[in-house]
Amino acid sequence: MNIAVLLRAVPDPVEELELDGADLDRDFLGYVLNEFDDHALEEGLLLKEETGGSVTVYALGMADEVEQMLHTAIAKGADAGKKLGDDLDPVDAHGQAAVFVEALGEGNYDLVLSGVQASDEIDGQVAMLVAAGLGLPHVSVVVGTTPGDGSVRVTKEYWAGITADYDVALPAVLGIQTAREAPRYVAVARIRQAQESGALEDVDIDQPDNMSGVTITDMRLPDEGEGAEMIEGDEEAAADKVLELLQAAGVR
Amino acid sequence: MSNDVLVFVEHLNGEVTDATYELLATARKLAGQTGGSVTAAVIGTGAASLAGGLGGADQILVADTDALGAFNPQGHAEMFASLVTSRQPRVTLVPYTSVGMDVGNHVAAATSQPLVSYCLKVDAGDALTATCQLYSGKVEADVRVDGDTAVFAMLAGAAPADGGRSGGAGAVETIDATVPDLAVSFVGIAEPEAGDVDITAEDILVAIGRGIESEDNIEEAQELADALGAALAASRPIIDQGWLPKTRQVGKSGLAVKPKVYLALGISGAPEHLEGMRDSSVIIAVNSDPQAPIFGVAHYGWAGDLFDFIPELTDRLEG
Ligand SMILES: Cc1cc2nc3c(=O)[nH]c(=O)nc-3n(C[C@H](O)[C@H](O)[C@H](O)COP(=O)(O)OP(=O)(O)OC[C@H]3O[C@@H](n4cnc5c(N)ncnc54)[C@H](O)[C@@H]3O)c2cc1C
Repeated sequence: MNIAVLLRAVPDPVEELELDGADLDRDFLGYVLNEFDDHALEEGLLLKEETGGSVTVYALGMADEVEQMLHTAIAKGADAGKKLGDDLDPVDAHGQAAVFVEALGEGNYDLVLSGVQASDEIDGQVAMLVAAGLGLPHVSVVVGTTPGDGSVRVTKEYWAGITADYDVALPAVLGIQTAREAPRYVAVARIRQAQESGALEDVDIDQPDNMSGVTITDMRLPDEGEGAEMIEGDEEAAADKVLELLQAAGVR
Repeated sequence: MSNDVLVFVEHLNGEVTDATYELLATARKLAGQTGGSVTAAVIGTGAASLAGGLGGADQILVADTDALGAFNPQGHAEMFASLVTSRQPRVTLVPYTSVGMDVGNHVAAATSQPLVSYCLKVDAGDALTATCQLYSGKVEADVRVDGDTAVFAMLAGAAPADGGRSGGAGAVETIDATVPDLAVSFVGIAEPEAGDVDITAEDILVAIGRGIESEDNIEEAQELADALGAALAASRPIIDQGWLPKTRQVGKSGLAVKPKVYLALGISGAPEHLEGMRDSSVIIAVNSDPQAPIFGVAHYGWAGDLFDFIPELTDRLEG
């Protein structure tokens, strides 16, 4: 099976976000691989191990961390990587999807995988928008796949632990929520090897346009501790107070 | 374009979901703003029998067919898209759920309309505007749609479900239920197995998130839970790592819980998690990040390290 996996860099969720008008202040913002894309990569690698074929990873060069992300994916077992553009300004999900659709065009992939969502996708989910752009069937919130003959059986999670299975004729696009196995780790030495392997290609593209027709007019941070009464002091003070709260709630 | 609001009806096992009633509540408000009416489209297995429960809509379009199984990501999406094309609503609403994600993106793309995701609130004045949650709930954004029509994917809890159970004319119209050729076929559905512990029946839950860092540290949290007579619950990443069984997961794709006390340790408070626990009587959160969205729904919070906090509280309970 020939598989493409679309990777996105998203603002590191552990970082404190600061705003600059109607956008994040991105000057010192760190980026990490979208966690659901990590699962998409894992599922892609597992499928490749089962069926043969290849995994090619794609990412837009919208953050400095993207090159490292792609090298890491190659170190984990992807056969090739394509970095689309360099030093690009952020672009909305529709704009990203359009770039991916163009890049995937000639690829003849059986399966295109990406994370089910990313934390900044205000105008839709890239994986599903790519499916629409390629005119391919899609299933989102996928939590496992089994390769078939010209098709793949996918498990989609609904809610409350309820899942449903589907047979999806290939080629298709899947939005992965969780891989069958926890995403693999890779040693730093392997990543260094990947950097030297030449498996990563830089593809020159122009700055893509926003294409969603959705304009962000304002951004706010929720107030610090909005809602919660914050307990002051050290862990001893916190434990004392929580014990009191448990007693007040009648469970102690 | 009409002034109407079109709602995608999500249903499973012969029941309309709460997410749908929440959409209908939003739709009623929007129809008041546009001067249009609320249309609900119910597609698939048992659709005809569900129409009676959709009194929050003025008009209910019914495409009853067994050919799509419980839900077909392609079939439902294509059939709903053709309704959007023929009815031309000003606003189309889908839930931001597993089902709604497949439908919303497809419909917006197929009808060349903007899509607004993660919506908390929509307004239809001169322009269509919305308030959305971004970056796992860390940021709220106001958006404006360029153009007259759009599809909105609504987060759970955006409007009270009860506001969407009645208030419409409830006229039923049976529509063409011909299913297009599909590349996606429904095989079957699986319900979760019952677990050792039913977290929905517990008075106290100690819920752990990625802040717990490793499987080895779970023991410490379990000790606290034991000292409290509580059960251990968790956010999704803990389940995905295989550190606790699926039956312990709280949230959108897990269980909804309402204990007397919900103690959240190292959980950031992503919308998908909050959806499953925000109705708990007392929510106490411990998180090292004072900006964590969990503090927005918690009643009490301590910004600090859970590894400092857990032994202190365990000591007091055991001592
Ligand atoms: C379709 C879909 C369905 C989903 N369903 C669910 C669901 O049912 N349930 C669910 O939970 N998620 C669900 N998610 C995932 C959700 O988006 C989040 O990824 C998840 O809730 C994050 O879990 P977390 O808070 O444990 O981890 P993180 O977001 O990584 O947060 C960890 C937190 O721990 C804090 N922390 C770190 N170290 C410490 C320390 N030493 N002391 C104190 N605090 C510390 C950090 O500040 C951070 O806030 C779903 C996602 C999708 C796309």
